[in-house]
Amino acid sequence: MKRTITTKIKERGIEGLLLLSALSSVMITLSIVVILFYEALGFFQDISIWEFLTGRQWTPLFAQPKFGILPLVTGTLLVTGIAVIVALPMGLIVAVYLSEYAPFRIKEVAKPILELLAAVPTVVYGYFALLFLTPILQKVITNLSGFNALSPGIIMGIMIIPYVSSVSEDAMKAVPMHIREGSYAMGATKFQTAFKVVIPAAFSGIAAAFIVGISRAIGETMVVAIAAGMMPNLTFNPIEPIQTLTAYIVGVSLGDVPHGTIEYKTIFAAGITLFLMTLLLNILGFWFRKKIREVY
Amino acid sequence: MIPEKLKAEVKGLNFYYNNLQALKDIHLPIANKLITALIGPSGCGKTTYLRCFNRMHDLYPNNRYEGEIILYPERINIIDPRIDPIEVRMRISMVFQKPNPFPKTVFENVAYGLRVRGEHKKWLLDEKVESALKQAALWDEVKDRIDDLAFNLSGGQQQRLCIARALATTPEILLFDEPTSALDPTATSKIEELILQLKKEVTIIIVTHNMQQAARVSDYTAFMYLGEIIEFDKTDKVFTRPSQKLTEEYITGRFG
Amino acid sequence: MQVTAQPEILEMRKRISSNKLRDHIFWIIGLFSTFIGFCLLFTLMIDLFIDGFPRLSWHFFTSYPSRFPEQAGILSAGVGTILVMMVTAATAVPLGIAAGIYLEEYGKKNWLTHLIEINMNNLAGVPSIIYGLLALGLFVYFLKLGESILTGGLTLGLLILPMVVIATRESIRAIPNSIREASYALGASKWQTIKDHIIPYSSGGILTGMIIGLSRAIGETAPIITVGALTFIAFLPSSPVTSGFPFLSFKWLLDPFTVMPIQMFNWISRPQAAFHLNAAAAGIVLLVMTLVMNGFAIYIRYRFRKRIKW
Repeated sequence: MKRTITTKIKERGIEGLLLLSALSSVMITLSIVVILFYEALGFFQDISIWEFLTGRQWTPLFAQPKFGILPLVTGTLLVTGIAVIVALPMGLIVAVYLSEYAPFRIKEVAKPILELLAAVPTVVYGYFALLFLTPILQKVITNLSGFNALSPGIIMGIMIIPYVSSVSEDAMKAVPMHIREGSYAMGATKFQTAFKVVIPAAFSGIAAAFIVGISRAIGETMVVAIAAGMMPNLTFNPIEPIQTLTAYIVGVSLGDVPHGTIEYKTIFAAGITLFLMTLLLNILGFWFRKKIREVY
Repeated sequence: MIPEKLKAEVKGLNFYYNNLQALKDIHLPIANKLITALIGPSGCGKTTYLRCFNRMHDLYPNNRYEGEIILYPERINIIDPRIDPIEVRMRISMVFQKPNPFPKTVFENVAYGLRVRGEHKKWLLDEKVESALKQAALWDEVKDRIDDLAFNLSGGQQQRLCIARALATTPEILLFDEPTSALDPTATSKIEELILQLKKEVTIIIVTHNMQQAARVSDYTAFMYLGEIIEFDKTDKVFTRPSQKLTEEYITGRFG
Repeated sequence: MQVTAQPEILEMRKRISSNKLRDHIFWIIGLFSTFIGFCLLFTLMIDLFIDGFPRLSWHFFTSYPSRFPEQAGILSAGVGTILVMMVTAATAVPLGIAAGIYLEEYGKKNWLTHLIEINMNNLAGVPSIIYGLLALGLFVYFLKLGESILTGGLTLGLLILPMVVIATRESIRAIPNSIREASYALGASKWQTIKDHIIPYSSGGILTGMIIGLSRAIGETAPIITVGALTFIAFLPSSPVTSGFPFLSFKWLLDPFTVMPIQMFNWISRPQAAFHLNAAAAGIVLLVMTLVMNGFAIYIRYRFRKRIKW
C-alpha cells in the first residue's frame, strides 16, 4: 500500500519535470518577445517611429546620428531576393527529381550530400563568397565592388537549396500513389504528372518549403557580414556593398556595447525589425496554408 | 460461345511479379462494344490481369509480361516491349477502385487527358468536357459547379467524374477495376446503369468481386482462380449452367 | 501482319514524342541540379584546402592568435569551442529529451500541448542572431552572467533545443504501440515503460539529433558574437581541473572566451592576405569537424535503422 503511494508520487513528479521541460519552448518564446520589446521600447523613447520607418539613412554612430532603418531593410531584402531566385526554383527541381525520377541508389547518395551542404558552417560559406566567388564574378562584371550583394546572395541561395528541397520532397512523398496512377493511366509522362498533378496536390507543403527558405535567407548573418560589407546603403543594385539587419547587429557587437547606450538600443531596434519580418512571414505562410487545405 | 466481333484477344498471357507467377497462360477474347466481366476470389489475379491492358505494371520494377494481348483492328501486341506504354494508355483508359480525382476543378479533371494530348483550344475542351460529363450522367449535377474543386463532390459523384475523365479521350477500351467497391448501394446502382449505357460506345472490361454485379451488367464473364481462367462464356450460361465444378462452387458461395 | 495506322494515331504519336522529349530534358536538368550542390561544395573544399593546408601545423593548433599571421594559432579558440560545447550539450540534451518524451508520451490533445508544439516548431525557424539578442538581454545583463562561456553555452543550447526535441519525437514515434502495450500488460508503470523501452529503443535517433545539433552549434558565430565573445583572446579560460580539493572547478564557466568560427571570422576581416590563409586553415578544421560529426550521425542513423526493424 505504502509502495503504491510513493510510486504514484514519483510518477507524478516525473511527469511534472517533463512538463516543465516541454514548457521551456513557451518560456523561450516569451523571453524573446519580452526582451526584444522591452529593449526596443527603450530605443523608441528616444527616436521617433516615424524617423525610424521612413528615414533613408542609418548612421547611429555618427556625430549627427540618423536612425532610418530602410537601408538595412533594403539590404536584407536585396540579398534575400537574390538567394530566393537561386534557391526556390532549384530546390523545387531537386525535390521533383528526387521524388519522381531518381532511382533508389541515386537518392541514397544525393540526400546525405544535400544534408552536408546544409551543415557547413556559415562562416565557411562567407569565406567562399568573399575570397572565391567575388573575384570570379569581378572578372565577368568589371565594376563589381569587393563587397557586394550579388556574391553572398548566390552563396546563400545554394546554402538554402537543401532546406527547400527536403521540405518540398516530404510534401510530394505524402501524395498517395493512386493519384499519380490516375495521371499515368491517362498516358501522361512523369514530367506531366509531376507538374500537373503532384505539385498541385503537394502545394501547401511546397509553400511551406518556400517560406522556410525565405525565412532562412532573411535571418542569415555571417555570409553577409563577411561578403556584403558593413556599410548601410539604400539601394537595390546588387553590385554595390550593402549591410543587412543581421550584419549590423553583429558589426556593433564586435565592439564594446555597454548596457543602455544608444548603440546597445539600436541593435535591439534592428533585432525587433528582423523578428517582426520573420513573424509576418510565418503568419503569412500559416494563413496561406489554411486557405489551401488538401483533403486527403 | 466465342463472340463474333473482337476488340482484343489475350493469347498465352503469363505475368510475373519478381519471380512469382501471378497469371498462368491466359487465353481470353474481348468482345467489341460489349462488356466482359472478370470474377474470382480475392487475390486470384483479376486486377493484375486488368493492369496488363494499360501497361500499369511498367511503372514498377521487377515485373515481366509474356504472351500477347492483340488489339484489333490493327493487330498489334500491346504488351510487346517495343510498343510505347504511353501510347497504350492513351487508347485504353482505366477507372480505379477508389475514386482518385485530381486536386483540381471538375472541369480540369475531365480536361486533363485532353491537355496531355496537346489539346488546348478552349471551345474544343468545353465541348468535349461537357459531352464526357453527359456520357457519365454527371453533367446535370455539376454543370453549375464545374469550376468547383472535385473534392467537394460525393464519393459516387467523384467516381462518375473519374469515368467522365476516362471517357473524354474517346478510348477504345475502358477498364473498370472494382469501380463500386468503395461506394454505397445507391451510388453503385447509378454506376452500373451508366456502364450498361456506355457499352454502346466503347468496349468494356470490368473486374469485380461482386458476382451479382457481373451477372447484372456483363455480356461475357470469365472466372479466374489462382491466376488461371477456369471458365469463360456468355454471362447467363456461366451463372445458370456453369460447365466447371469450381465455377459452380464459387457462384454458389461455397468459397471466396 | 500489321495494318497501317490511322492518321489520328500518327498525330498521337507525334504528341507523345514531344511529351517524352520534355520529360527527358527535365530528367537531365533534375539530375544536374541535384549534384550541382555537391560540385560546389567540392570546389569550396578544394579552394579552402589549397589556401589553408600549408598553415596547418602543430604550431597552428597550439598557439594563440597574434599580430603576425605566421605565428597566429587557434589554441584559445579551440579550447573555447570545446568548453562551450560542453555547456551546450549539458543544456540542450536533457531538456530536449525530456521535452520530447513529454510531448510524445504524456501530452494530451489539449490547448497546452498544442501551444507547446507551435512554439517548438516556430523556434526552429527563428534566426540565430535573435537568440544572441535574447542572451544579451537575459543572460548577460539581467541574470548578470556576463560575457562568459556559460552564457555562450546556454545560448547555443537554446538554439539547438528544437532540433533535439524534434529528433527525440521522431524516434519515439517510430516505436509501435504494440511494444508499449506489451510492457503495460506485464504490469509496468508509465515511467518504467519509458525508462526500459522507449528511451533505449529511440536512443539511436536521439543520438543522431544530438550530434547534428552540436555540429550546428560548433559552426554558429552570430549569437556568440552578440553575447560578447572576444575576438582576440591570448589566454585560456581557467582549467576545470584543479590540483587541490575538490579537483573540479567551475570558475571557467564565467571566463571570457572565443570560439573557432569567430577566430576564422576575425582573420577573414583583416585586410592582410596572409591572415586569409589562417582563416582558410581554421575553415578546414571547422569543415572537417562538421563533416565528420554529420557523417557520423548519418552513419549511426543508418546502422540503427538496419538493426531495429519494426
